[in-house]
Amino acid sequence: MPFATLIEQVQHLLETQPDRECVTLITHNDEYTLTYREFFDKAAGYASMFKIANLQNGDLVVLVLQHGEAVICGFWGALLMGSVPSIFPFLSDKQNPQSYFNSIRQLVALSGVKAILTSTEFEQGLRDVLDGIDVRILTIEMLVENGIDIDTNPLVVGAGDTAFLQHSSGSTGLQKGVMLSHRAVMNQITSYSAAIRLSPDDVIVSWLPLYHDMGLIAGFIMPIVQGIKLVLMSPFHWVRDPQILLRAIDCHRGTLCWLPNFAYNFLATRIPNNALENLDLSSMRAFINCSEPIHAESHRLFAERFAQCGLRTDALTTCYAMAENTFAVTQSSIGAAVRVDTVDRRELMDKRLAIPTVDNSDGMSLVSCGEPIAGCEIKIVDVDRQLLTERQIGEIALRSNSMLSGYYHRPELSQQVMHDGWYFTGDMGYIADKELYITGRKKDLIIVGGKNIYPQDIENLLNEIGGIHPGRIAVFGLFNEQLGTEDIAIVAEADSEDEEVRTAIKREIRARIAQNTDVTARYVQLVEERWVIKTSSGKVARDANRQKFIQEFLSPDK
Amino acid sequence: MKDQLRQYIVNYMIHDPRYQLKDDEALITGGLVDSFSLVELAVYIEQEFGVHFDDPELTAENMDTLNKIVANIEAKQ
Repeated sequence: MPFATLIEQVQHLLETQPDRECVTLITHNDEYTLTYREFFDKAAGYASMFKIANLQNGDLVVLVLQHGEAVICGFWGALLMGSVPSIFPFLSDKQNPQSYFNSIRQLVALSGVKAILTSTEFEQGLRDVLDGIDVRILTIEMLVENGIDIDTNPLVVGAGDTAFLQHSSGSTGLQKGVMLSHRAVMNQITSYSAAIRLSPDDVIVSWLPLYHDMGLIAGFIMPIVQGIKLVLMSPFHWVRDPQILLRAIDCHRGTLCWLPNFAYNFLATRIPNNALENLDLSSMRAFINCSEPIHAESHRLFAERFAQCGLRTDALTTCYAMAENTFAVTQSSIGAAVRVDTVDRRELMDKRLAIPTVDNSDGMSLVSCGEPIAGCEIKIVDVDRQLLTERQIGEIALRSNSMLSGYYHRPELSQQVMHDGWYFTGDMGYIADKELYITGRKKDLIIVGGKNIYPQDIENLLNEIGGIHPGRIAVFGLFNEQLGTEDIAIVAEADSEDEEVRTAIKREIRARIAQNTDVTARYVQLVEERWVIKTSSGKVARDANRQKFIQEFLSPDK
Repeated sequence: MKDQLRQYIVNYMIHDPRYQLKDDEALITGGLVDSFSLVELAVYIEQEFGVHFDDPELTAENMDTLNKIVANIEAKQ
C-alpha cells in the first residue's frame, strides 16, 4: 500500500472504485449493501456532525452504539476528520444500565474523552451520569444530510498521529486505551494481508464485536482499507442464531472468517442437521482461530461437523494477536494443515521445556500459532527478561512496525510492559521450528468467549457482600471442554450453614457479576473459613485455589 | 415442568444442586444463565417439551424467570 494514512488510502479507493461493494449488513429481517461511495457519504455526515460540535484533531470520541451502520460509519466519520474514535462495548441484556453508565463515566474522566456518540435512548442516562464533566454527548439522530467533502478535505493527519484507540476489555478495573498510529495500522494491514494472501476476490464474513482487535481490525478496518467485500452481522444476533454466519458464507461465497476458539465448539454443536443440507462452505479459504487459547479438539469437532458442507481441514488456520500490536503477531500458513506439537506433560510442567513425546503416553497437544508476520519479531525470555532458546518456555516478547504508541494517558503502564523497543506480552510459550506455541499466561487473566476478564476486578466487586469474608475470595478460570472456552469460578469463604442464607449470598454474587461485567459466573462455591489459599505476600494464589477446587468439587468421585 | 427446568438449571447449568432457585428469580439479569446457556436451555426445552423458540424470542424479557419460561412454553403447547 503506497499510502501513509488510512485517510489517503480510503480517498484513493473512493476515486478509483466508488461503486465497488464495501459492506453488507445483515439485520434481523433482511440485509443491505453499501458501496464505497454510499458508505463514505454516510461517514462524511458523521464527520460533519463532529465538526459542527467543534471537535479538534486528536480529540477522543467514544462510540456507545449497537452493532450496525451508525457505529461503523460514525467510526470512520471521526477518523476522517482527524479525531480519535474508540468503540465501547454495548450494553448487554443482563447488565445494569446504571453500572454500565458508571463505567463510561470512569473512562470519560480518566481518558479525557471529548465527545460520545450514542443514540437518543441512552442520551438522558449518559447526561445524568456525566453531569459536571466537560464532554459533548451527540446522538446519531443529529446526523446531518450534507457531509464534508472527504475527497478534497485537506489532510489533517500524518502517519505518526493516532488513528484510533482500542480499549482493553477490562470490566470494573481501569480501562487501558491502546493508541495506534496510522503508520502502525497501515503496516499491520500490509503485513497481515500478505500473511493471509489477501486478494480482491476475497469476501470476509464476521459476527465479531468491534470493540475488540479481532473484530475491529480483521473484521472491519482491514477489509475496508483493502477494498475487500465485507459481510457483517451483530454478535448479539449471532449468539441467538449461529446459523446466520454459515448462511452468509454460503450466500456471499465467503472466503475468510475469524473466530475465537469457543465459536468452533458452539457452531459444531448448535447447528441442527437439517441446516447442514444445502449449506456450502467450500468457498472458504480460511477460518482463523484467534484471541483465546486454541484447542486441537475444537478444530477436530468443527472439521468433522462441517466436512459434509465442503469444508476442507486445511482451511482451519490459527493466529496469535493482540491490540498492542494492532492485531496479528503470527499466522499459520494459509492452505496448509496447522501443526500440532505433542509434548511431554511432565517436562513441560516441571522443567519448563517442550519436549516432543516419543510414544504419546503422557503427551499434551499444543496447536501452533504459526510464524511471525512480516515486520514483526518475537523472542522468548525468562523472568529476568533474558533470552531463552528453542523449546524453552518463557514469556513472549515482540518488536514490530505495528506496535502501540503507548497507553492513552497512562505512561506508567506503557513503561511496565515496554523496554528497549520490545513489548512484553504476559503470555507464555515457546518457539519450535520458527513457529510459536502458547502454553499459558503469566498474568491471571481469564478469557471467556474471547473476552478478557481480570479476576481482581471480580474479587473487588464481591468484597462488600454481607456474609462473606472480605479478601477471602478467589476467582479463576476453568477450561470447559464442551464449550471450548473458560468458565468463571468463584470461591468465597462464608460462615453461615443455613442453606437459605447461603443461596442468598450466592444469588448476590451472581447478580453483581452479571450486572457489572459482561460475563456470567458458572460456578459459585461457598467454603469454610481459611479455605482460600494465599501467597506469602497475602495475595490470592489463583492457580493453587483452582487445583484445590478441582480436587474438592469437580473430581469424578465427589 | 417448572421443577424439571429448575433441576436442569441448578444441576447442569450452574452445577449447584443445593441452590434454592425461586420461580420468579431473574435468571439472566441475576447471573445464572448467559446468552450461550440460554440457547442451550432452549435446546433442552425443545427436546423435553417439544416447544421451539425462535431466536428473537430468546431475550431477557421473555426468558428471565422460571414463571415466564413456563408461561411461554404453555402458550405454545
